[in-house]
Amino acid sequence: MSEKSVEGKDERGVNNKTISLPVSRVKLIMKSSPDVSCINQDALFLTTKATELFVQHLALSSYNNGSGKETNTLSYSDLANTAEETETFQFLTDILPKKILASDYLKSLEQMEEDEEN
Amino acid sequence: MAERPEDLNLPNAVITRIIKEALPDGVNVSKEARRAISQAASVFVLYATSCANSFAMKAKRKTLNAGDVMSAMEEMEFERFLPPLRDALEAYKKGQKGKKEASEQKKKDKEKKNGTEEHDKSREEEEEEEEHMEEEDGENEGEEEDVEN
Repeated sequence: MSEKSVEGKDERGVNNKTISLPVSRVKLIMKSSPDVSCINQDALFLTTKATELFVQHLALSSYNNGSGKETNTLSYSDLANTAEETETFQFLTDILPKKILASDYLKSLEQMEEDEEN
Repeated sequence: MAERPEDLNLPNAVITRIIKEALPDGVNVSKEARRAISQAASVFVLYATSCANSFAMKAKRKTLNAGDVMSAMEEMEFERFLPPLRDALEAYKKGQKGKKEASEQKKKDKEKKNGTEEHDKSREEEEEEEEHMEEEDGENEGEEEDVEN
């Protein structure tokens, strides 16, 4: 369903604007990578477009795998779960850590200490 | 150069719109989720850039080109993006050509440069789309901004 809407959007956008993210900002991010010296215009365009596709893909996969379907919501934990469970999103686990309660964390710490003692 | 850390974020309004377009109507996206997706997008750009850059370096080029980005997508296992990316790039190029009517000039440039491009031959299967854009390192006029800073 989303695939269709994405394609539809592309077709409409063909003659005017095919990307909505600001190219200049994407370029800035790319240039912040230390080894990169030059980026040609097509590569910049493609990266920007790919980022849009990525945002859609991440949002949709998280929504479809997530628990919010009944309530019509996409929450942080849906994203964190997707990052952990989907191989292509593994690179996100560092910035999408799973949330745990402080009490649970303390418990698991205690557990680990006990294990070490034994 | 990015002077503040916020400079490396993508605009929230645009990210929100893209998320909304991807999801079914009426889905509520929490503020935290939107922020996380936006950060994920920045990380994606960096990851893709570094993959693409390693392809460019392997081919001893200083300038990232479209083929490098496409190869990076494959490497990152986002093959699903390749067809829409190809379409978008084609449309983008058409738009540019229409504006500049520079296709004739480009063809001539390409013929001139064919000799210097032999070393790239091995990668050309991956780059069918990119035949017209092998211009390298500032030999081109205006359209490519190879700014070095």
